[in-house]
Amino acid sequence: MARERNPIQVIYLAERICGICSFSHIVAFVRAVEDAAKIEVPIRAQYIRSLVLELERIHSHILWAGVACYTFGYDSAFNLGMLLREKVMDVLEALTGNRVNYGVGTVGGVRRDLTPKAAAVVREMIAFYRREFETFLDVVTEDPIAKARMRNVGVLSPEDAVTYCALGPTARGSGLRVDLRHTSPYEAYGDLGVKPVVPQDYTGEVYGDVYDRFLVRVMEVIQSLDLLEKIVDGIPEGPITWEPKLPKVLASLKAADGTGWGIIEAPRGDDTHIVKLTKGEDNLTWWKVRAPTYSNAVSWPLMFMNQEIADAPLIINSIDPCISCMERILVSDEKIGRSEIVTKAQMMEKCREKTRRLMGA
Amino acid sequence: MKMTRVLEILPKSLWVFHCNSGSCNGCDIEIVATITPRYDIERFGMKLVGSPRHADALLVTGPVTKYMTDRLRRIYAQVPDPKVVIVVGNCGASGDVFFKSYSLDGPVDNIIPVDVYVHGCPPRPEAIIEGAAKAVLLLEKKREELLKAGASR
Ligand code: SF4
Repeated sequence: MARERNPIQVIYLAERICGICSFSHIVAFVRAVEDAAKIEVPIRAQYIRSLVLELERIHSHILWAGVACYTFGYDSAFNLGMLLREKVMDVLEALTGNRVNYGVGTVGGVRRDLTPKAAAVVREMIAFYRREFETFLDVVTEDPIAKARMRNVGVLSPEDAVTYCALGPTARGSGLRVDLRHTSPYEAYGDLGVKPVVPQDYTGEVYGDVYDRFLVRVMEVIQSLDLLEKIVDGIPEGPITWEPKLPKVLASLKAADGTGWGIIEAPRGDDTHIVKLTKGEDNLTWWKVRAPTYSNAVSWPLMFMNQEIADAPLIINSIDPCISCMERILVSDEKIGRSEIVTKAQMMEKCREKTRRLMGA
Repeated sequence: MKMTRVLEILPKSLWVFHCNSGSCNGCDIEIVATITPRYDIERFGMKLVGSPRHADALLVTGPVTKYMTDRLRRIYAQVPDPKVVIVVGNCGASGDVFFKSYSLDGPVDNIIPVDVYVHGCPPRPEAIIEGAAKAVLLLEKKREELLKAGASR
């Protein structure tokens, strides 16, 4: 598909790799193209990119936290999370005009400026979340049942996380201080001083279980609020694109020759795009994407070891996967030579039953 | 169409089965937003059900990948009559950015008949609610036709 399109057209395809981390994919792709064509991005554009990336992280993490609660039958927390999430959606809409696929990134910069009005909306959102997000945090992290469902479930030790290349919050949940925004800052992150969020800083110890991954994500929402504040305060004046005239951009991309990389920290882990441009060709020569779930899914078997089936949906969910058709499992009992397929619905039911059991106990 | 009419003619709550035929997730997220507190389509009695056999309406997102074609047909066949098909999102309606991809059999109307298209990439939750309202009207028409043709209730 992409090979029949020029890089600017492919941006909109890259955006639709995933409807949740759409902007992460754009930024990774655009950075790869810029790397191949040696294009400098103005500082203001870098700040705006970081701004949208952080907003996206907030909405993705809140959505995930809500869905995790939903998985173990905590529907009120799910709805609370979704209600909170609408605020950041409003802000994204005010900033970019769209709720999900924003379409603000372009090669060499961004397409929409941060107006003072939009900055005010962002500030208002930061204040709102500082006020309201605590409720959600208390509801979930202090709740004994929620804790019982997530503690010591789906454990991934730090050593295994390294061996099996876990990324993003999955690795950080196992106590590894890895975060591309910290280890190899891109866009404006170099100025912002991001520290990886790891559970030992909050609870004093690392379990590497679902609870830790949960904690990492909610704490990252709070971290993102601080980053947003720094971005809005520190954004410099200047142009927002390297070259506002599209034909000129296309001409220079046509003249470019080489391979470019773009690696960024998406909400789920490292998102890598590699692009090859050939001189004299309008279109991409090739394009390779590695989304974080490819790496994170490898560690599932380790997390599943010695766990109940009722916990399986939660464990699957805990890496925040981007799949839709893999939600069934094959249960086999070697001793009696029996195997049976458990579907997603049965699995969810089992998972919720366990919560009820815990509540009854 | 007046939205108030919808409530007048609704004989029963609209139950919807959602089939993702290879979408980018954007539309699915907006559907989730539609059923959660801000937009809360459930206050009209519409809800997502877990089996096509319980559904009145089939809601399809995504441009229908080759792998999903057969499954989509089977799901469609399992929805009892009268039924409506709602396509949410541009990619189900026309292919959108996935147009001309080698792995597509879609858009959806290549495979099953579609009654309501909701455009946008992704559409806003308000648009999805409007689509559902249109589906209710259509469903009612189909029900009457079936009754006229001699179907029992
Ligand atoms: S219409 Fe757009 S947002 Fe919706 S599933 Fe298709 S590509 Fe994604």
